[in-house]
Amino acid sequence: MEFKVPTMAELMAAGEEPEILFWVGCAGSYDERAQKITRDICKILHHVGIKYAVLGTEESCTGDPAKRAGNEFLFQMQAMTNIEVLNAYNIKKIVTGCPHCFNTIKNEYPGLGGTYEVIHHTQLIQDLISEGKLKAEGGESFKGKKITYHDPCYLGRANGIYEAPRKALEVLDAQLVEMKRCKSNGLCCGAGGAQMFKEPEKGNKDINVERVDEALQTNPQVIAAGCPFCMTMLSDGIKLKDKEQEVKVLDIAEITARANGL
Amino acid sequence: MVAQILFLVLTLAAIALFTVNLRKIIRNIRLGKAVNRNDQPAKRLITMLRVAFGQSKMVVRPIPAFLHFFVYIGFVIINIEVLEIMIDGIFGTHRIFNGLGGLYNFLIASFEILAFTVWVSCAIFLIRRNILKLKRFSGVEMKSWPKSDANYILITEILLMTAFLLMNAADAKLQSIGAGHYVQAGAFPVSQYLINLLPSTESALVIIERSCWWFHIIGILAFLNYLPYSKHFHIIFAFPNTYFSNLEPKGEFTNMASVTNEVKAMLDPSFVPAESEPGKFGAKDVTDLTWVNLMNAYTCTECGRCTSVCPANITGKLLSPRKIMMDTRDRITEVGQNIDKHGAEHQDGKSLLDDYISREEIWACTSCNACTEACPVNIDPLQIIVELRRFAVMEESQAPASINAMMGNIENNQAPWKYSPADRFNWAEGS
Repeated sequence: MEFKVPTMAELMAAGEEPEILFWVGCAGSYDERAQKITRDICKILHHVGIKYAVLGTEESCTGDPAKRAGNEFLFQMQAMTNIEVLNAYNIKKIVTGCPHCFNTIKNEYPGLGGTYEVIHHTQLIQDLISEGKLKAEGGESFKGKKITYHDPCYLGRANGIYEAPRKALEVLDAQLVEMKRCKSNGLCCGAGGAQMFKEPEKGNKDINVERVDEALQTNPQVIAAGCPFCMTMLSDGIKLKDKEQEVKVLDIAEITARANGL
Repeated sequence: MVAQILFLVLTLAAIALFTVNLRKIIRNIRLGKAVNRNDQPAKRLITMLRVAFGQSKMVVRPIPAFLHFFVYIGFVIINIEVLEIMIDGIFGTHRIFNGLGGLYNFLIASFEILAFTVWVSCAIFLIRRNILKLKRFSGVEMKSWPKSDANYILITEILLMTAFLLMNAADAKLQSIGAGHYVQAGAFPVSQYLINLLPSTESALVIIERSCWWFHIIGILAFLNYLPYSKHFHIIFAFPNTYFSNLEPKGEFTNMASVTNEVKAMLDPSFVPAESEPGKFGAKDVTDLTWVNLMNAYTCTECGRCTSVCPANITGKLLSPRKIMMDTRDRITEVGQNIDKHGAEHQDGKSLLDDYISREEIWACTSCNACTEACPVNIDPLQIIVELRRFAVMEESQAPASINAMMGNIENNQAPWKYSPADRFNWAEGS
């Protein structure tokens, strides 16, 4: 990184408050592929000059996978511990790169005492574009490239966010193609509901392969994602299909960072 | 006079029997746990008008939406005709509304056109189910009764409409030959084509007209009493079911208050939880679910839109959201029958989990909400799946090994993977 990523603890020590907290999430913190997306989100925040901070080692799993698996105890333990940290830092606004963290903090934390304005990074990017703070210039050109966007279930159906990621892509002057199953009818990548952490049940095909088959029908050069779990599932599918050379799976944050030469 | 008494007895008996069965079903629904769905009445009303009355979620599939719309409108409008039949039946009159003059002719004409569109739509539905064999209508849960049920409904509707049109044709012919009692009333844009098929003697025509009239009304009364045993029940339950449906974002799962108390007590020893009755966590049987879950089950029309979009089902896994709903309904029906036979305290040693729904099914769900999005009457199979998982995990500690490992990691490392919490910020060092 060419700049230092500020932590809440440091800002607090300096008597400052950030405009927005960037909630990284476990995948964004530990998964090598997702770490790239995390750094790109930081680069975007840094580039537009938003005063932000991360929790760093003070961050902990939101409890999403535990809750979806049915372990409400573990979920609420995680939730309350996180809420204590967030409230102690007087956090008002949160941006996150993970739709699962987004959904959990936005919808499930308020009932346990943690109420914040929560946005997903694609919404942040959309806002920055409409405010004119972010364009698609100075970097890689996506002009005319065929891009298909895969809706994460926890962003789309779960929270009705379909337009922000598409708006973030429209600025590229690329050729956006929709898969047959898209938006509210989008097909899951197969990772939600704690499936990410287990082998799939017996079937005749893996869900991510079904989804990648569908994505490939659009002949894309880029499959755009907005979720670290989807990223893993779609990348695995592309690998399995031996299409890594022709088709890139990129998160909207990565595409935005590349287009702006960050 | 005999006919009037017979009519009245039949009608009252049918209504009484239906009331008894409906009350049993409402009692069964009330066996579910409490959940507050009385907030935001305006939004609920709008949801009901849009989704149930306006069928907004049907339009995703235009062909069945179009055909279903005719059957639905036909059903609603032809009920005006049933009102006339009721009055005629009780008072021995004939076409009591004919005093409406031009409006009456318009009504009868529109009933006829609708009866015809219902007839055609039901015929197409039968073809789709039995000849084209659409995939959506098949599946492990669509054997025997559910399969026959769908066909019985369609055949009954075709028979009722046929009787209605034949009755009108005979009536029109009787009117044209000036038979007594058969007043000049109505317009017959459809049944006029049936007139030539009928005999021309008055006595034969009266027999046809009367038997079709009786068949039509007895058919309707019988159909009413068929509803509680059939998926066709949706014509009633679609309305309350959409009214009481979940208005929160689909991704939001309930926070269990019983758990909140315990967690607060663990984190803060000085916390004194409010007194609450000890219950089990999650659901093992239908009576552990909420009344909304149970109403969902009775509302399900087995259309299979949920299963056809379920990623697990699409890829050959055992899970079928439709089966989840049908199993829930079959089980609550069984529980209700046990109460009727052996009293409220009877236990049959069976439960929804394992006896009806297998572990393999509940662990195949990705919680993607495709099923809840697809359901035309806002049924929520996902909530039932989650409640069953909650029981399996929190009461039995029976999660798949890999899920246990993931939860162990969260407990020990604050992440679902086995990484050190101290390394959580290492990403900032990379480039």
